[in-house]
Amino acid sequence: MKFRKTMALAFAALALSGPAATAGEAQLSGEVRIGELNSYSTLPSFTEPYRKGWSLAVEEINATGGVNGKKLTVISRDDGGKPAEALTVANELLSREKADMLVGAFFSNVGLALSDFAKQKKIVYLAAEPLTDAMVWSNGNPYTFRLRASNYMQARMLAEEAAKLPAKRWAVIAPNYEYGQSAVAVFKKLLSEKRPDIEWVAEQWPPQGKIDAGPVAQAIAAAKPDAILNVMFGPDLVKLVREGNARGLFRDRAVVSFLTGEPEYLDPLKDEAPVGWIVTGYPWYDIKTPEHAAFLKAYQARFNDYPRLGSIIGYSAMHAAAAMLRKAGSTDADKLIEAGRGLSLTTPFGPITFRPADHQSTMGAFVGVTGVRDGKGVMMNPAYRKGEDYLPSEAEAAKMRPAGN
Amino acid sequence: MSFWIAQFLTGLASAASLFLVASGLSIIFGVTRVVNFAHGAFYMIGAYVAWSLTERLAGAFGWWGGVLLAAAAVAALGALAEILVLRRIYQAPELFQLLATFGLTLIAADLVVMLWGPDELVGRRAPGLTGSIALFDQMIPAWDLFLIVLGPVALGLLWLLFNRTRFGVLVRAATQDREMAAALGVNEKWLFTGVFALGVFLAALAGALQLPRESVNHHMDLRIIVDAFVVVVIGGLGSITGAFIAALLVAQLNAFGILLFPKISLVIIFLVMAAVLAVRPWGLLGRPDVAQRPPAATSARPWRPLGAAGRLAMAALALAAMALPFISGEYLVIAATETLIFAILAVSLHMLLSVAGVASFGHAAFFGLGAYGVALAVKGLGLGMGAALALAPLAGLVGAGLFALAAARLSGVYLAMLTLAFAQILWSIAFQWVEVTGGDNGVLGLWPTGFAAQPAGFYWLTLGVAVLVIGASRVIMFSPFGYGLRGVRDEARRAASIGVRPGLMRWCAFAIAGTGAAVAGALFAFLKGSVFPDTLAIPVSVDSLAMVLLGGVQTTLGPLVGAVAYKALSIWLLSQTQWSKLALGLVILAVVLAFPRGLVGVVNQWRDRWAKRPPGSGEHP
Repeated sequence: MKFRKTMALAFAALALSGPAATAGEAQLSGEVRIGELNSYSTLPSFTEPYRKGWSLAVEEINATGGVNGKKLTVISRDDGGKPAEALTVANELLSREKADMLVGAFFSNVGLALSDFAKQKKIVYLAAEPLTDAMVWSNGNPYTFRLRASNYMQARMLAEEAAKLPAKRWAVIAPNYEYGQSAVAVFKKLLSEKRPDIEWVAEQWPPQGKIDAGPVAQAIAAAKPDAILNVMFGPDLVKLVREGNARGLFRDRAVVSFLTGEPEYLDPLKDEAPVGWIVTGYPWYDIKTPEHAAFLKAYQARFNDYPRLGSIIGYSAMHAAAAMLRKAGSTDADKLIEAGRGLSLTTPFGPITFRPADHQSTMGAFVGVTGVRDGKGVMMNPAYRKGEDYLPSEAEAAKMRPAGN
Repeated sequence: MSFWIAQFLTGLASAASLFLVASGLSIIFGVTRVVNFAHGAFYMIGAYVAWSLTERLAGAFGWWGGVLLAAAAVAALGALAEILVLRRIYQAPELFQLLATFGLTLIAADLVVMLWGPDELVGRRAPGLTGSIALFDQMIPAWDLFLIVLGPVALGLLWLLFNRTRFGVLVRAATQDREMAAALGVNEKWLFTGVFALGVFLAALAGALQLPRESVNHHMDLRIIVDAFVVVVIGGLGSITGAFIAALLVAQLNAFGILLFPKISLVIIFLVMAAVLAVRPWGLLGRPDVAQRPPAATSARPWRPLGAAGRLAMAALALAAMALPFISGEYLVIAATETLIFAILAVSLHMLLSVAGVASFGHAAFFGLGAYGVALAVKGLGLGMGAALALAPLAGLVGAGLFALAAARLSGVYLAMLTLAFAQILWSIAFQWVEVTGGDNGVLGLWPTGFAAQPAGFYWLTLGVAVLVIGASRVIMFSPFGYGLRGVRDEARRAASIGVRPGLMRWCAFAIAGTGAAVAGALFAFLKGSVFPDTLAIPVSVDSLAMVLLGGVQTTLGPLVGAVAYKALSIWLLSQTQWSKLALGLVILAVVLAFPRGLVGVVNQWRDRWAKRPPGSGEHP
């Protein structure tokens, strides 16, 4: 008896989620539903601006008549920062909330899990942020599109700059997981191709989030490199910069660094921001194009805050999704894929196209040199690098994808 | 040469930070026997509060004053937490306090983001210690030199406190024999509060002293807590000098290890722990545990199998569960499948924790072995779903069997921590061996086939397996072997004297529990269609522990109820709010305070009361 009672109690918790299952079942024919998920609790410094970005886009889209005459509704969820939890959430968005397509994710492994899920469930997934090359190449599938300039593209942009440096002895500091490993592998390959005369003299692979920066900086300095490639970001970057500065690691050495110019990572450093590093990032204060000026004005008016890279990604992702739905004129997955292939739209970074062969967008990135202005870290002389110039040709890309995709 | 000296000094500085956190944890555990999972949270809050104070207070005095004030304020917060939460549950089964501190950690993680915002915060550096000093042509940051001095000074001060003051004498007395100290008139309550506040003070100070080195962010808590635990265990529980030596050992091996193996940082601390425990089962300076308390699961009421009515109810429940896909949407079916999988995991941990009285902090090891077993069977051997599901549990059996052989000499928290090390080493293999496991990007495309391709089909499959596993666990529990296990758990020496072999019994318990967990892991792989190193990571271990504790460690149905309640709640909260950790933490805390014997434990108590029978007169099913 008691057993039944306790079980009833326990199952009540599960059943609680039952009555809420109304939104999707009502099947409001007057709206198009996008299921959005991202690491809101795990990485709020990126995802909060990202949320603002896509919210702004949704307001704009609905103010101008929505999608195909229907209101665009976004159902947003936290993905828990883990692939397994993200899949639970994706299931909810799909079966209970009746999402017509999925958008989002930050971490590469979450993005890959979602892309495989999209293929299994035959629903279109637009990966916003995940950088891994596997997403569109070795694990590519027809249902997955990716917005952000990938790992390969950013590595190629940086390698191009690095090749111009006189430095011959290179050292590497990168986080010990797939992102760091593939960023380093691509950068090394491209740079060594352009500059057969250079040598790789030292490597350090601290665990992501747990760098013991003192010994790492010391070990790299001991190899006496001319230049350093850095892939650390977030709290690890702060530690590395502080220890490196104190130990003179960066003095008289060129540093090439992934992502460091993004406000998410550069701003916390304030006046301690490194000077003279060649970085990719988002210099929102120095972009003078009309597309960006319009975005900046709307964003600042709406949120009374400056945009981060997350804002651009969220804003562009939602506009890209809406453009895909408009072009397809339907929410049918096959029609959406057809519409997505070769889809062009204008983002705050300029015009982009989703390449038919690998579903990668041609959104580029800004490359510049870090400096300190008014006590804040900034990117000096930023230049926009168009994505299409840094991608392998579509024929080559198609060969990298699994057969039949 | 000068480089080696510089690297050594850098290692010393790293050791000092580690020691400060670990010493507080060690002191708290030594006296209160509380495995304080919230120690990392206090460390993080210390850093946040210090950031706020040092941004506002000006000058050198302001900075140092801010740091000390922050540590004192957080210590007061810690004392409050002890009075409001822990003090009420010291009588609960061992490890139950772990659940309470876990709840506190969840709350703190979300609360700091609410209060201080999502961005990481870089604080000011200590006035006067911002530069570096050239030593043997190497630049050493002045702050590092300060830390190098601080480590031994802190050790010396703590030694004086414990050996030359009345407070210290009382603390040592309570560490040795709590009941005796209480009997001699020592006010245990306030002694515990004082010790807890001291430990938290040290944690918060360590956090505040990170300001000049790193940014303050909401990941700090989990990044430090495991390392701190490992250092305490390597040093020997309750030994502050041991913690100091352990911190030195870990930091120096890391500083020099990375020169030979640049990727070693990921596992070095766990390798050191495994190596030390292999030679010294109680850590470097620890003493054999003077088992002050019986194991967690020792219960006054002997367990009894379900009666006819209970069995009927179980069968009815299973039948009712079968109907779920007919009355609910797909999402609920998938969520229920996940809940059932975690029920299997919790039942397998219960076999170890409650039936055999062996705590494990690394149950994820066996869960992950099952999941990767599936990945290997499907991708490597090209097997179908059925064969993969049948073979994958063997991975758990072999893993658990080998581990239990290696860990035969250990017991208590040391054994629990070695399971954690085992899980972490497996995790790092899955994480690093990219060619085979795909590393962090995992193994994709493991979707179920045939009738199970539909969520309802896979749900029925999982339900069937769950009924089998739960049924088997109850058969084992009430077989002569199960009674023998409980005999070993409650009185190992008496059990041995009547011919039961404690070592063999425990080994079997490990093998059974490992296989059960692997069954859950294998199903999980197919549910998600993919396997990631996360399946081997600490959160899985912590979740499974929380489920068993929540349900009631001294009961037989606890794991089932705990798993269903915990998993259903966390899935539901994830879909409802971004602050799911805060909400889950509050619920856990409420349950801990309201039902210190767990969800099922409390029902047993109520029944006793209704039946007007004295407690301990036998369990009712």
